[in-house]
This record gives sequence, C-alpha cells and structure tokens, in this order.
Amino acid sequence: MLPDDVDLTTVVGDAHLLNPVMTASGCAAAGRELHQFFDVAELGAVVTKSIMREARSGRATPRMVETPSGMLNSIGLQGPGIDSFLARDLPWLLQQGARPIVSIAGSSLGEYAELARRVGNTPGIAAVEVNISCPNVENRGLVFACDPVQASRAVNVVRRDTPRGVPVLAKLSPDVTSIVEIATAVVEAGADGVVLINTLLGLHIDLETARPTLAGVTGGLSGPGVRPVAVRAVWQVANALPSVPIIGVGGIRTGRDALEFLFAGATAVQVGTAIFNDPGAPARVLRELRVELATRGFAKASDAVGYANRPLPSRRQEV
Amino acid sequence: MSDPRSPRGPLQVDGEVFSMKRVGDYFHLTVVAEGIAERTRPGNFLALAVGGDTSAALLRRAFSIYRARPSGIYGGTVEIVFAVGGPGTAWLAARQPHDALNIVGPLGRPFALPREPVACALVGGGYGSAPLFALAERLRERGCAVHMVLGASTESRLFGALEARRAAQSVTVTTVDGSVGIAGLVTDPLPSLLSRNNVEVVYSCGPMAMLAAVTRVAGSHGAWSQTAVEESMACGIGVCMTCVLPVVGDDGMTRMVRSCVEGPVFAGDRVRWESVGTIPAGTLGAPAPDVSLASGAGNPQ
Repeated sequence: MLPDDVDLTTVVGDAHLLNPVMTASGCAAAGRELHQFFDVAELGAVVTKSIMREARSGRATPRMVETPSGMLNSIGLQGPGIDSFLARDLPWLLQQGARPIVSIAGSSLGEYAELARRVGNTPGIAAVEVNISCPNVENRGLVFACDPVQASRAVNVVRRDTPRGVPVLAKLSPDVTSIVEIATAVVEAGADGVVLINTLLGLHIDLETARPTLAGVTGGLSGPGVRPVAVRAVWQVANALPSVPIIGVGGIRTGRDALEFLFAGATAVQVGTAIFNDPGAPARVLRELRVELATRGFAKASDAVGYANRPLPSRRQEV
Repeated sequence: MSDPRSPRGPLQVDGEVFSMKRVGDYFHLTVVAEGIAERTRPGNFLALAVGGDTSAALLRRAFSIYRARPSGIYGGTVEIVFAVGGPGTAWLAARQPHDALNIVGPLGRPFALPREPVACALVGGGYGSAPLFALAERLRERGCAVHMVLGASTESRLFGALEARRAAQSVTVTTVDGSVGIAGLVTDPLPSLLSRNNVEVVYSCGPMAMLAAVTRVAGSHGAWSQTAVEESMACGIGVCMTCVLPVVGDDGMTRMVRSCVEGPVFAGDRVRWESVGTIPAGTLGAPAPDVSLASGAGNPQ
C-alpha cells in the first residue's frame, strides 16, 4: 500500500470531507495566519475560533502559561463578533476552497440559536461546532458542558435552528463525572456528532508572586499532556454510542497520535496546541497519517476507525 | 501560502546554528536560515522552537532580530541576542555550531521609517538594543541623524555600547548602578538629548515600563514615538491570542490587539501603557463589570 493510494475521505453526518484532519477551535483563528505555512484547503476542515454574537475583548493578561507537554490558557473567547466574522473571515476561508466548520459559543440559549441561524444559513459551511464550555448567564454562570440538561438544551436549540444537511457537532468538556452521560444527552438533543475533548480546567501558581499566574485564575489545559485523557474519552463514547461520529482532539502532534485516535473510535481528528509549536502541524499530521495508514495496510482511513475495539481473534482464545 | 521565492510573509525553516557567543550576561546566536534574512526589516522578530522535535516545551520563544545577512559563504544568516530566563532559553544557550533549530520568521510589523531625513533617537534597554543597530543603518541611509541611548541595570547587561559608536552620531549610556555611563535610567538624559538635537522620532525597545516612560518624554517634546514591545507569546504568528495589549485605533476605540501581528512595533502614543495587563473600561468587547466571566469558571479558549 502506497501512502498516495490510501482513501482518506471522511464522512461526518452529512459532511463529506477530503480527509479526517482538521484544525482545533481556538488554535487556528480563522485560517488566514496558517495559510502562510500550508494551504488550508488541503485539510478536511478548518474549525474556526469560537465566535460569539458580540465583539469580545477576552480576559486580561497573562493569558497563557507553559506546562509539561502543554499549556494553560485563559483567553476568554476574544473575538470580533458574528457580523465581522461573516463579513470578513468566513468569505476568505470559502474563497481559499477550505471547508469551514464554524465554532459558535453563547452565553444564553437565545444567543446559541441566533448564531446557529446566521452561521448555518451561510452556503459552504461543512458543519457547526457547538462550544458549550461557556458560562450560562441565565443559570448562575454554570458551564453548559458540565450538566447534561444544560448541555442538551444548548445543542437542541442549535440543531433546531441550523438547516438540515448541516451537521451540528457538540464539543464536550472532559471535566465531568461521565462523558458518556453528556454525550448521550447531546446526541438525544440532536447532535450529529461529538467533538472530544475540550481543555481540562487547570491552575498554575507563580512562586515569585505566590499568586495564580493567569489573570483569569484558572485556565484550560491542552497539548500532548492531555492526549491519554482524550483517547480515553473517545474510547468510552465510541463503545457506548457506536453509531455516533466522534471527532477526536487533545494533544495530537504527529500522524501516529492521529492514528491512535482513529483506532480508539474517532472518525476525524483535530490538531490544536501543536500548531503553536509547529504552524505547519495540521498539514504535516495529515501527511504522516497517510503514511501510518499505508504502512499498516489500511486502504481506507475509515477502516482504521475503532480498530482497537475489534473482537479478539478466536485463535487466541483457544491457546 | 508564503511562496519561498516571494519576498513577503514569514517562512518556517530548519536552520543550522552557525555560532553561539557570550556577550556580557547575554548570548548572541547566529543561525543559517534560508530565505529569512532577505525579507527581514528592522523590528521584525523570530519565533524559535526549543528542545527538539519531541520537546515537552511546546511554545515558541520570540526574539527580535539583531542582524540579518541575506548572503554569505554559508547562505543567509539571522542573529538574535537573548538572556537565559528559564529552561527554554537555557536549552537554546547550550546549542553548538551545526545544531538544528526550527525557525519561523520574520514576524511582526517592523519599525516605520520617516520620509524626511530627520533626527532620530534610538533607546534600548538591556538586550532590547539589539534590533536598533539595523534600524540605525536604515535611518542613516535615509540621511537621518542617529542618536543612541543604551541603558541597563549594570554594565554586563548593556548590549552593543561599542557597536553603537559606529552606528550613531552620539551614544549615551546609562546604568542603574552607575557601573558605566550616567547613573540612572535612559529617560534621565533623554529630555536634553531630544531638545539639543531637535529629535523628531524616538524609537525604543525594552521593558514595558521603559517604553511607557520613553513615550512620555517623546510626547512632551513633540516627537513621534515608535516602541517595540516584549509581550509573552505562545505562537508568534497571530493564532493563540495570548500576547494582547490595549491599543487605541484610528477611530479612537481601544482594542486588545496582538503584539505579534499588529506589533511588536506600535506608535507609542497609541498604547495604553498604564493599562497593560488589564482590559481597560471602554475597550471594544469589554465585559460588563458585573458579569461573572472573570471567575475563571469553565475553560473557554
């Protein structure tokens, strides 16, 4: 099997993608900066930084601290707001021939619904990703993603207001007792797939000032250090909900890492924090994944999905 | 995509260390990196990966470019000057000739140059003086008079005082401990230097507090100020949103802007120096004071 002969085409709900490699939301802005290093149209999809209804300044600095094999961030969803995004960023992505997956974030159900309508009705969108790791101002600021009822309400309004044919993907937080419970709830609420995982909540203390390092106090942990947590989440949800497309994300740095997610049950993968280390990472991971699949004799990427979960060969039971 | 043959945009290059020298308390790195020098302008910076391909330190380290030489016996080279401040820069300081270094650059907006041959002051704090030498050369080519002011806490933390004598018409050195030059800060001799020489543009690079003070002095003399900030960055290319600071736009609105792509060089009077590290009230998209987002609940990126 030659790398170029591997069929990488990937189906996520109604979205048909060239390959299973995407950028992760919040690590690629809206693609323009990375296009200096590789052609964003080569990727299966470009997942944009979460967009909100209004422009947001984000949090004060420091917003970032390096951790072993990763980083903590507390950006606070800085962004230009949906008007500017639809006028400037999305048309640019479409012009490059990229397949955009637009990540939306709301602080109320009404905001999610409005964003779903405005984004979902833009032609050329591959899917809508729902970032539910946001505080709900209508519910004491509790994060949607951490409660199955709140999570499913957010996903439900997005599914209701997004046109048919545009998949709705729910990005879940690993900071929950049972990721399977949340995944089940959002799928019942209409999610066409789940994105696993968002960052883990962490804290870093500056020993010189004896205060938390980040201005926002806590931050989201990402990078290769969280990869086993993400692979575990993918594995658990793939076992519980075998027919639901899963997009694996968390610490992917190489094609081998991407293959691990496919084996665990992910249909597609996203490359995030590794971009900060290597701006060409998404395109490189794609090239490397092709080689990893070919080396192992997989004619199709989809054949590798969930491969680690195949039944044991009966011969071994006889021995 | 950046075309390696086109003269614009950053490149990602596997470079090779040419030399690593100690200069006072600093390190001076020269690296062979195809294509970067040609597109470098004074004020641009590089983002270096540290620790090799499997490094657990993922974030790139940003350094302003000291010199860029498009061609040489070994190909184009770029140079930086840095201090060891942690494990990443310690790893970098331990590099030997022929070691590999992955480089992204040149990045950021360079210093803006005056159209007329006016007098300029170039103020550097510590190794912040590094990008000022190439700038001095450009300014002299345009017929500008160049006056340099270099300051540091102590003599071993000055960079380029000797080289400054070749690069500038006048050189003023300050150290906080008085070990060399005037005892005090760069802003102590600056007011009289600006008036004496009818300086119209003040360029500065160094710590935030110094840039704020230099901007004040320049402003009170009616001089235009260009400051190169040093904010901590994760990526250097504009995607991580960590290196933001409050800057006033042409429309009078304050925005949190990325120092990597909209800087690192800013017009000094546009930066809200007193509010760096905060979201000043009235900033575009600033949260309402009573919103509980600052609690750090959740993990939005």
